[in-house]
Amino acid sequence: MKILVCVSKTPDTTTKIAFNASNTELDGNGVQYIMNPYDEWYALVRALELKEALGGTVTLINVGPADNDQVIRKGLAIGADDAVRIDMNPPSALNVAFQIAEHARAENYDLIFLGKETIDYNGSEIGAMIAEYLDLPFVSYATKLDTSDGKTATIQRDIEGGVEEVEVDTPFVLSAAKGLAEQRIPNMKGIMMAKSKALKVVAPAAFEDKAVTVQYTLPPAKSAVKMIAPENMEELVKLLHEEAKVI
Amino acid sequence: MVLVFAESQKGNFKKTAFEAVTYGYKTAQVLGTECVALALGTAHNAADLGLYGASKVLHLADATLDQFDSQVYAKVIAEASQQVGAKVVVLSHTSTGKSIHGRLAARLSAGSVAGVNSVPTADGGFKVKKGVFSGKAIAEYEIKSEVKVLSVMGNSLQPAVVGSAASVETLEISVPASRVKVKSVSRIEGIVPLPEAELVVSAGRGMKGPENWGIVEDLANVLGATTACSRPVADVHWRPHHEHVGQTGIAIRPNLYIAIGISGAIQHLAGVNNSKTIVVINKDPEAPFFKAADYGVVGDLFEVVPKLTEAFKKFKAAE
Repeated sequence: MKILVCVSKTPDTTTKIAFNASNTELDGNGVQYIMNPYDEWYALVRALELKEALGGTVTLINVGPADNDQVIRKGLAIGADDAVRIDMNPPSALNVAFQIAEHARAENYDLIFLGKETIDYNGSEIGAMIAEYLDLPFVSYATKLDTSDGKTATIQRDIEGGVEEVEVDTPFVLSAAKGLAEQRIPNMKGIMMAKSKALKVVAPAAFEDKAVTVQYTLPPAKSAVKMIAPENMEELVKLLHEEAKVI
Repeated sequence: MVLVFAESQKGNFKKTAFEAVTYGYKTAQVLGTECVALALGTAHNAADLGLYGASKVLHLADATLDQFDSQVYAKVIAEASQQVGAKVVVLSHTSTGKSIHGRLAARLSAGSVAGVNSVPTADGGFKVKKGVFSGKAIAEYEIKSEVKVLSVMGNSLQPAVVGSAASVETLEISVPASRVKVKSVSRIEGIVPLPEAELVVSAGRGMKGPENWGIVEDLANVLGATTACSRPVADVHWRPHHEHVGQTGIAIRPNLYIAIGISGAIQHLAGVNNSKTIVVINKDPEAPFFKAADYGVVGDLFEVVPKLTEAFKKFKAAE
């Protein structure tokens, strides 16, 4: 099977967030970056498992500047065969999806995997956009995928308050949720091998952005917590009713 | 014109759809235009969408639409929006809406923002906001394309009744064949799903074991709340996976989130810190969750929770 896994770089959840002087961009100084967990733990690992069971290749793709190579190398260390980086600062989701689709169109992948969303913007848009550009089926929020022949897959996906089971033929695009696979930690051999794997840098195709970030602001500061004595739960209920007005 | 895709389940429109129509109505007011709702597949109470501001409802009744496929839905919604000349298409930021949203943006060459939490502004460009970086910042976007696609974060505004039942007009669009076969759908009946829940009672490792969850369920039952849990508790199967809220689980934004015996790791907060009001019950006064809480109780949860349940019972009885 020929599998493409889209990986993204995101600030770690625990990192402190600051912006440049005009509040138009994230200030990357001191920010701890990681590979988006949904891409790494679930999409990439399930792709590797399929390759191990059925043969084939796993290629990573990332849209971003040269700083992202570190995250891409980690994916190679976990087990991907090679990687492509589209060299641009991604300005919008639609642009990122367009660039990935342009690459994938020429390569005829059997499967295109990515995480259900990134943990910084949580937009959950890219998979659906790639699928639309390539006129492929899209299975979102996949928690289980079985295929014996690599041609037809049975997939369970999370829906509001339940689970749906679908059947779909390759090629298709899939977004991965928790449960699809178990996280793999790269070992020393993988890290050494990753250094010699191919990471191709490609110039972006022309695309006119349709939505752009204007500015970032910080949310209003949260007022201090009000402590209630444990024996005074009537008081808590009264506050929830009269002050917070949530019951 | 603003076109709102109103999601239904088994033909019934619920809060999610009413929120999306309310959002569409308010957006239409900003733009000085009208708001029209779109219903796909079986629809029992489509006229109700008028209550929330839809001037009419377009209904495509093809029963094959009762099975969801993002590709088919995106084609149909795109064609409907082109037929009526929609400038803004509004969806709900649910698993269904999110699966369509990106496809629709690509198909319509439309600028999009997913998970918006406030109504757009239109003086000096079409601008709209959403929460980013686990609630640590708000990003404002400008959409420059003629057609715009937005998905509305659940519980980011209250459905407001502004009109009366709308007329439902039949829409004729040929529905393409699906390449995704839905084999089964199983939903947990009788509870409000977590992404839609207004009241959530959640518990973590402080419960010491799955056999102790009775007091959590009692509290949830009295309140009419949905139960949730932290990641460690789901990982060791004390509670089912679908109850896990947090960064890798479900992100929620209820009006009230009661956290019992949860320390409040940042990965947990990332999924719940958009809740309107947070109550934290923990025996450790140093638990980081208190910093994110509106109300805190330091005490033994096995004593505090039953007392809180009793207090809610009294409150409900007096109401």
